[in-house]
This record gives sequence, structure tokens and C-alpha cells, in this order.
Amino acid sequence: MIWNTRLLFSAVALFLFLVPVGAGFFAPYDPTSQNRDLPLVPPTTIHFYDARGRLHFRPFVCLLAETGRLGSQEYAEDCSKTSPLRFFVRSERVYDGKVLNTSWHLFGSDTPAHVFLLGTDGYGRDQFSRLLYGGRTSLGAGLLATGLSLGLGLIFGCLAGYFGSWVDDVIMRGAELFMALPWIYLLFAVRAFLPLSLDARQAFLLLIGVIGLTGWARPSRLIRGVILSAKQRNYVIAARWFGASSLSIVRRHILPEVSSVALTQAALLVPQYILAEVTFSFLGLGVGEPEPSWGNMLASLQTYEVLTTHWWMLASGLALVPTFLLFYLCSDSLQRRFQVSDLSR
Amino acid sequence: MISAAVASRIAQSLFLIFGVSVLAFVLIDLAPGEYFEEMKLNPQISPNTLAALRAEYGLDRPLAVRYGLWACSVARGDFGFSFAFNCPVWPLLRTRAWNTLILTVTAMLCSWMLAIPTGILAAARVGRWEDRLSAVCTTALLATPDVLIGLALLAFALHTCWFPTGGMRALASGDMGWFGKAEDIVRHLFLPVAALTAGLLPMLIRHVRSAILDVLDSPFIVAARGHGISGSRILFRHALPAAANPLISLLGFSIGTLLSGSLLIEVIMSWPGVGPMLLQAVLERDLYVVIAAIMFSTLLLIAGNLMADVLLFIVDPRIRKD
Repeated sequence: MIWNTRLLFSAVALFLFLVPVGAGFFAPYDPTSQNRDLPLVPPTTIHFYDARGRLHFRPFVCLLAETGRLGSQEYAEDCSKTSPLRFFVRSERVYDGKVLNTSWHLFGSDTPAHVFLLGTDGYGRDQFSRLLYGGRTSLGAGLLATGLSLGLGLIFGCLAGYFGSWVDDVIMRGAELFMALPWIYLLFAVRAFLPLSLDARQAFLLLIGVIGLTGWARPSRLIRGVILSAKQRNYVIAARWFGASSLSIVRRHILPEVSSVALTQAALLVPQYILAEVTFSFLGLGVGEPEPSWGNMLASLQTYEVLTTHWWMLASGLALVPTFLLFYLCSDSLQRRFQVSDLSR
Repeated sequence: MISAAVASRIAQSLFLIFGVSVLAFVLIDLAPGEYFEEMKLNPQISPNTLAALRAEYGLDRPLAVRYGLWACSVARGDFGFSFAFNCPVWPLLRTRAWNTLILTVTAMLCSWMLAIPTGILAAARVGRWEDRLSAVCTTALLATPDVLIGLALLAFALHTCWFPTGGMRALASGDMGWFGKAEDIVRHLFLPVAALTAGLLPMLIRHVRSAILDVLDSPFIVAARGHGISGSRILFRHALPAAANPLISLLGFSIGTLLSGSLLIEVIMSWPGVGPMLLQAVLERDLYVVIAAIMFSTLLLIAGNLMADVLLFIVDPRIRKD
């Protein structure tokens, strides 16, 4: 039973992270290329039966055309012109915005027809491709920011816990200052006076920096607590009497005790930081257009008209649910395993 | 005795507030860019005019002087000067802070009133279907981000037209009587409060459940059970008071979570609170409005923690003894 759950966990985690990493292959289109004549297209239906009711083993899609006047955003399928769904297709142009791209794609269709698995946004960009590339941004920002703030927390926590006295006082008073602010307000405070109009790469790095740097306080407090208790262990005292240096005591005897707290914290921080990136990009303070992120993909829903009629625009918000679920279940089982309470987060 | 401990906590809180304000000034001083940045690009505004403007608002002074000037204006009750609105910050902040308070306090009450019975039920029926159901629901809610909850509720309201979307008062609320006004605000409150409650509830339920489960394991409960005291009496008379301590600390902690959540929900639901004001101020680089909004949130969080500490002091005789 346990084994099966673990297997399921790993499979879901692998899927969630591999697919955005391999977005160049899994996404059929360039996430920034626009089809201005096809804005807000609903998800493409994939047909198995043709008009005469015959079964096709290779599924096909129909050509989509706007009915009525231009810009009415009402579409109808024209199934007299079909295009089979092709696998392992090669595109002429490689999207050059990001690393790890190929000209090979998992699936696609012949040119006049399109396969929009999750429809298109207001500029006619393929939502599915944007979802995958946006996952790179959002998941990447969450992971990197967690690494940054845990690293800082580890350094400060070790310094405070191991050296004690005034170092401890200074660091812990600083941590209290950072924790006296609700964290979104703290992020806003730091973001407030950094440049607003940045290109996507700079904004991405800036966001990671801001989220990671402001989040050091909680992990460092927890890690300090663990180190304070670890310092009293007999084997640590023995090591010191044998003449081990501070650095080697910390590395060999104390840090292994920290790993349980650090892991539990990481599992809690990653979803929080993904959410921070999403929130900021949603509000227009994070990664900006045209680069996709799960946050700025939701931004168009701030208009009521899009929100009520175009449900597929919620895709990136829905993608957050399994991601968060994975991390929460993970942190739950880590907590149960290491017997750490999560109130201290 | 009690007053001495509380006084020291209050002194500590004041020091913390001072520290946060210094931190805010230093952070903002370190960061590049200011309100007049965009005017530099305008060829019609000469550098002299710009320098005069900066001097008028005191932006050319050193950091310490600026902090002193700001502290003076706080003492006067102005809380700094808004560049964008060309008026002191306090009149801008006052109504919005009040609206945010209405929203967060209501959401707080709602979520605690839902969380305590649900948590108790889950703890009392641990392992049975009630517990399982609540576990599934809380996990699902926990995994749903605030943005999605907010947008989904908004879409729901737009489809059904049962609730007003956005704002705090109907246009005609000026003509309504006292009761009509209250009803109008409650109707407008419903959606944002529901979104905030849905965000806070899972965390609260899980903590209430685990706090009560911890107590139910302890020897005195086993003893009470051995004496033949009924299950419900044990739960409410013996377990619940003993579980109060972690829950009171959670009360202080939950205010921070709620404030962070309310910022986004206010923007999505266009509730005229501090959140949209802060967002606009950040976009316009309206320095003192940003600082005022941040100080407001700090004040609320610290007040919440202080309240929790005092409550803990009143409830728990063990802490009073120390």
C-alpha cells in the first residue's frame, strides 16, 4: 500500500515537472506566436468518427472558421476540410525564447487546421503550449526561490544557533522584523520600488530574488532551534573535546539533523512561492507578456466577460491544484515521518 | 503581575513596529526608482523643475532626515504625503483600512465558527466517515489557490446573479435606511468573505482537529473516561479547554495568513480595501502610500499576536505563574 502511494506520488511529480521541462517537445506551438484571426477559440474537438459515421483509427481535427462577422468570436467546425492528428511532427521554426527546444513535437496537424487542446487566448495563442511553457516559469520560480531562501535560512540559522550570544541576537531580531509583516505585504514592499517594466528574463530573476530573500526568516528560526538542541548532544560535545573544528562539527554532526526540518520546510515553501509568483504575475508585477507564466495567463480573467464565457482560460489555475496537492501531501507525510509540527511555519 | 507582562509585550511590539518602519525606509532607499522617474523622460520638464519638485517633497534629503520628517508627519496624523493624490495619506488610508478591517474580521469570525465545530467533530469521530470526509474536503481546499477560489466564486456570482460582484455598496445605498444599508453591505461582503474563509478554513480545521486529538490522548482524559464520564462531557468540558492553548496561538498566526489572502481577494473582487490601494500605489510608485499600507498590515498582525498573548495569559494559569 505504502509502496503504491509512493509510486503514484513519484509518477505524478515526474509528470508535473518533466512535461514543463520538455515543453519544447510536448507543446505543439510556439507559446508567443499569435493567430490574430482566431482569438479565444474553444478547445479543439478531436474526432474519431467522420460525417458518415466511419471510425478512423487516426483521429482527426476539422478546420475552424469564424462564423458571422469578423471579431464575433463565434466559431464553427468545417468538417469538409479535415486534417489528421500527426505524431512526432517537425515544425519549420523553433521557438527560441527558452532553453531545451527542439523542432520535433509530440503531436500536431497539417497547416490550415490547428490543434488547440485548451483553446486559445485573446491573441489566438495556443493555451496548451502556454500552459507548458508557463509551468517552466512558475514551477521554476517556486523551486529556485525555495532553494535561495532555504540556503539563506541555513546559513543564518547555523550562524545564530551555533555561535549564539550576540550573533544569535542580531539574526533573530532581524528575523522577527521580517516576520512582523504579512508575507504578501512584505513582498509588495520590496517589489514596490524595483523597476516595473522589465523583460521577462529579468523579471523572472528579480521575482526569484525578492521571494527568496524575504523568505529566509522562518526557515532560519526553525533551523536555529534544531541546531540549539543538536549542540547539546553528547556526540557533538565529544567531537568538540576531540578537537574538531567548528566547520567540521557543523558539517558532519549538526547538518544531518537539520535535513528533516529543511525538507519539511521545502515541501511547504515551494507551493507558497509558486503561489507568490502566480499572484505577482496575475497582478502585473511579475513576469510580463508575451512570455507565459501561470499567473499572467490568469490575468485576462480579471475582465468579467472573459471570466463568464471562456472557461478554458482557467487552465493554468486548475494546473495549480494537482501541483499544490502533491506538495501538501508530500509535506504531510514528511511531517508525520519526522514528527515536526507545521504550526511553526 | 499581569500588567507588567502585558506592558513588556506592548513595549516589544512598539519596538517591532519602529523596526519595521526603519526596514521599509532602508529597503526603499536601496531600491532604484522613484515617483518622479518618469518625468525625467519628459522633454518638457526641465531638470531644474524636477530638482525643485524633489526638494519640495524632501526627496533630496538624506535617509535619516526623510525618516525624521515622516515620523513627524505620523505624529501629526498625516502618515506622509501621497504624490499621486497630492494630499496627506491618512484620509486615503482611513476608509480603506476600515473596509479591510470589516472584511477580515468577518472572515475571521466565519472561519473560526466553522472550523471549531468541524474540527471537534473530526477529532471526536477520528477514522470514521465524518473525519475522512473533512480530511478530503480540507485537503482539496488547501490545494486550491486563493486566485482560483476567488475567480470561481466570481464566475459563480456572475452566472447566477445572486450576489453583487465587486464594490462594497450598491449605487443606491445612499437612499437606503439604516437597515437597508447594513443588508446591502452584508450582500456585498458575502463573496469576498466566502473566498477568504475557504482559504483559511482548511488550515484551521486541521489544527483544531490535531489539537483536540493530542488532548484526547492524554492520561487525564483516560482517567475521566475510566470514571464513566460521558463522551460529550469529556469532549466539551475537559478536552476543549485543555486544547485552547495552541488554538489561541493559532488565532494570532491566522491573522497574518488572512491579511495576505485578503490583499489578492480584494483586488479580484474589487473590494475597496487596502489591497487595491497598495497595488495602485506600487504601480505609481507612490512611496508614502506604500509605506502606510505596509505599516497598517504590520500593526494589524502585531495587534493580533498581542491579543493572542494576552488571551493566553488570561486563559492559562500556568503561564500566569511564571
